[in-house]
Amino acid sequence: MIITTGLKKYYGDTAVVDDVTLALPAGGITSIIGPNGAGKSTLLSMISRLMGMDAGTVTIDGLDIEKTRSDVLARRLSILRQDNHMTARLTVRDLVSFGRYPYSRGRLNEEDRAHIERSLDYLNLTELGGRFLDELSGGQRQRAFVAMVLCQDTDYVLLDEPLNNLDMKHAMGMMKLLRRAADELGKTVVLVLHDINFASWYSDHIIAMRDGAVCHQGTTEDLIRPEILRDIYDMDINVHEIGGHRVSIFYS
Amino acid sequence: MPASLRWSRPTLVLTALAGLALLSIVLFMTLDVRGNWGFVFQFRGRKLLALLLVAYSIAVATVLFQTVTNNRILTPSIMGFDQLYILVQTAVVYFIGIQSLLVMDTYVGFIIQVGLMVGFSWVLFQWLFLSGERSLHLLVLVGIVFGIFFRSLSSFMQRMMDPNAFQVLQDTLFASFTRVDTTLLGASMLIAALLTLILWRIRSTFDVLTLGKSTAINLGVNYKATVVTILVVVSMLVAVSTALVGPRTFFGLLVASLAHLFIGNSRHRYILPAATLLGVICLVGGQTLFERVFAFDTALSIIIEFLGGLVFIILIVRGAAR
Repeated sequence: MIITTGLKKYYGDTAVVDDVTLALPAGGITSIIGPNGAGKSTLLSMISRLMGMDAGTVTIDGLDIEKTRSDVLARRLSILRQDNHMTARLTVRDLVSFGRYPYSRGRLNEEDRAHIERSLDYLNLTELGGRFLDELSGGQRQRAFVAMVLCQDTDYVLLDEPLNNLDMKHAMGMMKLLRRAADELGKTVVLVLHDINFASWYSDHIIAMRDGAVCHQGTTEDLIRPEILRDIYDMDINVHEIGGHRVSIFYS
Repeated sequence: MPASLRWSRPTLVLTALAGLALLSIVLFMTLDVRGNWGFVFQFRGRKLLALLLVAYSIAVATVLFQTVTNNRILTPSIMGFDQLYILVQTAVVYFIGIQSLLVMDTYVGFIIQVGLMVGFSWVLFQWLFLSGERSLHLLVLVGIVFGIFFRSLSSFMQRMMDPNAFQVLQDTLFASFTRVDTTLLGASMLIAALLTLILWRIRSTFDVLTLGKSTAINLGVNYKATVVTILVVVSMLVAVSTALVGPRTFFGLLVASLAHLFIGNSRHRYILPAATLLGVICLVGGQTLFERVFAFDTALSIIIEFLGGLVFIILIVRGAAR
C-alpha cells in the first residue's frame, strides 16, 4: 500500500499539489484522472521520489521514501515517465537489461537473463531485441520502456500518461497488457490517464484530482457518473452503459 | 562459448585503436633519435607521460561530462572550464602578486583552483541542467559566452598587470602540446590515479545515467551524490590537463564523438577506453607526425582544434534537427 500524508508541492507561491492525503490500495489498476494542471503528474513524481516534496510524507509498504535507500526502493517501485529523452544508443535488449540494475549493478547473472527474456517475451519484443531504439516506432519504443519497468520486477508500477502518442490500437494493447500485469503477475499498477474511457474500462480504482487536491476517489462505478465528472471537469458528460462498462460521451 | 570467440565490433575497434596507439608511442619514442639514447628516452619519456595523461584526462572528463549532462555536443572545455582555470591563475597573480605563484604551484594552490572550478560547475549544472529542460542552443550560447567572458577577464587583468608578474604568469600558462609543462607531472599523475580510483568505485552508474535523470533515479541511482562526484572528478581532470598543455577547446569533443561513432553503442566500458586511445593517437601520433616527419612545430593543436571545430559544427547542425 502506498500512503501519502499531507503531501504538498509549490511552484513559486502556487500550490500544485495541496495537502494530498491518500491511500493507494495494493493490487489492481488505479487510474489518476483530472484536468490539465490538476497536479496528477506532480503527485506521481513525488510518490516515486523523482521530485522532492515541500511538505508531507510518502510511505510504500511502510517504508518512508525519504529515509529509504534509493536502490531499496528501486526493487519495490518503478516509475515510467514520458520524457525519456536520452543520448544513449541502445538496443531494446540493452534497455530491458537496465531493469535488472537494482539487483545486479550491471553484472547480469542467469536469473537476470531469465527475467530479461521473460519481459521481452511478455511484450512481444523478442524479435526486436537486437534493434536499436532509434529504429523503432513510437509504439514499439513505448513497449520497450514498459518491458524495462516490468523487468525491474517491482510490486508497484507507476506510469505517467502511458498512452501519450499512441494510436488507438497501441493504446488498447498497452492497457490490456497492464491489465494482464495486474491480474497475472499481481502488480499494483498506478496510471495517470487523460482518456476517461480507458480509465473507466480498465481500472479497478479511480482517483480524481482537481486544483492540486483529490476531489473524488473510489471504484469505477462510484466515479464514472455524470454529476461527479461534471464536478471534476466542469462540463456536461453523458455516461452510457455498454457491455457492462461505462462509456462517457463528451464530444458536444 | 563459441559465440564469444567471434569478435564483436567494440572489441575489434578497441584492438585496432590500441594497436595504433601503441605504434604512435613507439614511433614517438624512437623516431629520429640522435646522440645519447638514455637522455633522449628520459626526455621524451616525460613528455610522452604528460601527453598520455592529457589524453586520458580530457577523454574521461569529456565523456563523463556528456553523460551527466545527457548531451553529445557540450564538453567541459566548450562550457569554459579551461578558461576558468586560467582566469583563477591570473586573478590570483593580479590581486596577490608574483609570490602567490609559489603557493599556486603547490598542492594547496591546486586544491583551491579545483575547489573554485567544482563550485562553478555545480552552479552551472544546477542552473542549466537540473532546473528543467533547456534548449541546446541556449546551453551552447551560455558556454561560449562564459568561455569568452573568462578569457576576456583574464587578458584584461594580464594587461593591467605589472610586467614582471605577467612574465612569470605567462611562463606558467604558456603550455601547449609542443611545450608541455612537465613540472607538475608527478602531482598530476597522483591526482589522476586517485580520481580513477573514485571513478572505478562508481563505474556501474555511468551507463544508467545516460538513460536520463528520471530513469536513473527509478533504477535506484543516488542521483545527486553521483552527479556531484562525477562533476568534481571532471573539474579536477580538466585542471590537470589545462595545467599540462593549456586550454583545448574542441579536442575532447573530437575524441568523444569519434569514440561514439566507432564503437556504435553507448557502453562506457567501451567508450571510455576508446576515447582515451583516440586521444593518445591524436596527441602522440599527431605530435610524432608533425614534429618529426613534417617538422612543423605548432601545427598539431591547430589541426586538432580545426577538426574538433568541424565536428562541433556538424553536431550543432544535426542536433538542431533532432
